[in-house]
Amino acid sequence: MLEHPLTMWQQMESLGYTRRDFLRFASWLAAAAGIEASGIGQVVHAMETKPRIPVLWLHFQECTCCSESFIRSSHPIVADVLLDKISLDYTETLMAAAGHQAEKSLHDTMKKYKGEYLLLVEGAIPTNDDGVYCCIGGRSAQDILTEVAEGAKAIVCWGSCASNGCIQAASPNPTGATPVHTLISGKPIINVPGCPPIAEVMAGTIVHLLAFDRIPQLDGLGRPKAFFSRRVHDTCYRRPNYDAGLFVESFDDENAKRGYCLYKMGCRGPVTYNACGVMRWNNGVSYPIQSGHGCIGCSEEKFWDYGPFYQHLASFPGFGIETTADKVGVALGIATAAGIATHAISTNIRKRKQIQQEIAGSDTIADDTKGGA
Amino acid sequence: MQHAQISRVYVWQLPVRFYHWINALSVLVLVITGYLIGSPPAVQSGSEASFGYWFGTVRFVHFLAAFLFFFNFVYRIYWGFVGNRYARWQNFIPYRKEQLEEVKEVLKVDIFQRSVKPLESVGHNALAGITYFISFIAFLFQCITGFGMYAAMSKAALPALFAWIVPLMGGDFAVRQWHHAMMWFFVLFSMIHVYLVFYHDYVEARGVTSSMVGGWKFVEKHKL
Ligand code: HEM
Ligand code: HEM
Ligand code: SF4
Repeated sequence: MLEHPLTMWQQMESLGYTRRDFLRFASWLAAAAGIEASGIGQVVHAMETKPRIPVLWLHFQECTCCSESFIRSSHPIVADVLLDKISLDYTETLMAAAGHQAEKSLHDTMKKYKGEYLLLVEGAIPTNDDGVYCCIGGRSAQDILTEVAEGAKAIVCWGSCASNGCIQAASPNPTGATPVHTLISGKPIINVPGCPPIAEVMAGTIVHLLAFDRIPQLDGLGRPKAFFSRRVHDTCYRRPNYDAGLFVESFDDENAKRGYCLYKMGCRGPVTYNACGVMRWNNGVSYPIQSGHGCIGCSEEKFWDYGPFYQHLASFPGFGIETTADKVGVALGIATAAGIATHAISTNIRKRKQIQQEIAGSDTIADDTKGGA
Repeated sequence: MQHAQISRVYVWQLPVRFYHWINALSVLVLVITGYLIGSPPAVQSGSEASFGYWFGTVRFVHFLAAFLFFFNFVYRIYWGFVGNRYARWQNFIPYRKEQLEEVKEVLKVDIFQRSVKPLESVGHNALAGITYFISFIAFLFQCITGFGMYAAMSKAALPALFAWIVPLMGGDFAVRQWHHAMMWFFVLFSMIHVYLVFYHDYVEARGVTSSMVGGWKFVEKHKL
């Protein structure tokens, strides 16, 4: 760990990057973070003058796909500078230290930069049975999180696990997996859901924190608005097919070849807030829908519980996997129609006398000899 | 049998009748378009997207009917405070002892037909009242979830008022799922409702069905 943390620019310089590389990088970051062109100066200035923010990256119940995504960011400098050289004081998967050394490094940073460091959390936290389902260095994830969160300036929750529980929290959630925001309060918490989140979205969120030293605008679920204010469906290039009612009916039909909308294949684009349609994945190469598969809604809470993925409606709880609300509704409709028919028959039997009396009591008009019946 | 002396009672004022038919019409449209949104029929035309917009139109009609439905509903709530005695909100919530008694009686006489003694009330009977009250809650639920989803595609102020439902339910998927399931309440309600209107008309011979058209019910004098 360095005694006097360098600025981003100093770090890059020492790694042999030119001023031009640096400026290019700054404008790329600004664009990724959704900052307008006039804000680039601010980003450059911040990276020239602000010492790096110390960063602690904790891993709990996760699969490391968030880290994997991050280090595949389309800009090499992200991995090189942001992640590798500059920021990370502690991260189980990437740091050189191990065992006691690693624990020491964690505690040194916590002590030295109390109230200043940024805490990144990847993974959910099990709360059942005193949290035995995830222990590091003999301590439960919840213990570690509570301790490290205490002195953090802000917490960024990487991925759906830390933001909303993801697969660990899927029903019946045996380990009691819980997202960070339900366990920690009193700290700014930024949720960056996705399984994993897009690398540029991760980088963009960090850059915003670095450059502006404040929390980006968040929506009702604590997600940065710059990336999560629109649904995948709103920026999907297949959208004109949706509006025209042209749908893929099965994965191997003509319509699939024509690139029609995947709505009827269970696409979750209309209910999923993410930037996939704009940023795409792997350096903007593609995203699930472009590759012919519907969105599974991986950045939305409980997306595992709304299966099957290839059905528009989730299965109705308690009725087996293929039973939708519509099937239950049709069954209830038939039952209701049967009930009505039974009631109508019963009425004609039990109310017969009353009806006959009423008819007998009908007034007759003078020249209407037959009366009414 | 002695001929009954009939009085005419003006029960449903014009605003109630307007409300009822606008409501019935918009519910019909919302159920049909909503069902189509959830399960669009297959079109195997090989067409280009730029030549069609039918699904967009179905959604547009859904939203149009939704606005009509919403304002009509708000208007009925208002009328529940200023309308005549049959239109007032007191008829919908059985909080008095007589109302609770009547709920039991209606169940006994009309629904389970355990008793054959005729039963009448001039406005809604207490059981019908509470059923309409439950349906008003369903209306409200459908408006909240519907506008909550709509907020994501609109900049207008009205839908934004309902955006809180999305984080509360944990995301758009859950909201859409509930909104969809609730459609079936409307289908079942309408089936039973229309049947019971016909049933009462048939058994009680007081012109209940047409009361929602002209406003009048015909009641035997000795029962008033
Ligand atoms: C009687 C009342 C209503 C019924 C029966 C009804 C029914 C439905 C159904 C079945 C769906 C399809 C859900 C799916 O995709 O599976 C739907 C979608 C929707 N409804 Fe309604 N709805 C009603 C009222 C409203 C109201 C008051 C609004 C307010 C704006 C509304 C807004 C929406 C929206 C935004 C969608 C989603 C459309 C989309 O996926 O793009 N609905 N409705
Ligand atoms: C052909 C179809 C329909 C007929 C003939 C009909 C007839 C009637 C009649 C006669 C009443 C008064 C009943 C009483 O005295 O208690 C009534 C009330 C009511 N109906 Fe319908 N109805 C129809 C469809 C619908 C539909 C589709 C809905 C909505 C889902 C609906 C909702 C209501 C409500 C909420 C009331 C209470 C009115 C109030 O006091 O505001 N009706 N209907
Ligand atoms: S493929 Fe999915 S996201 Fe794209 S338009 Fe169709 S439903 Fe929307």
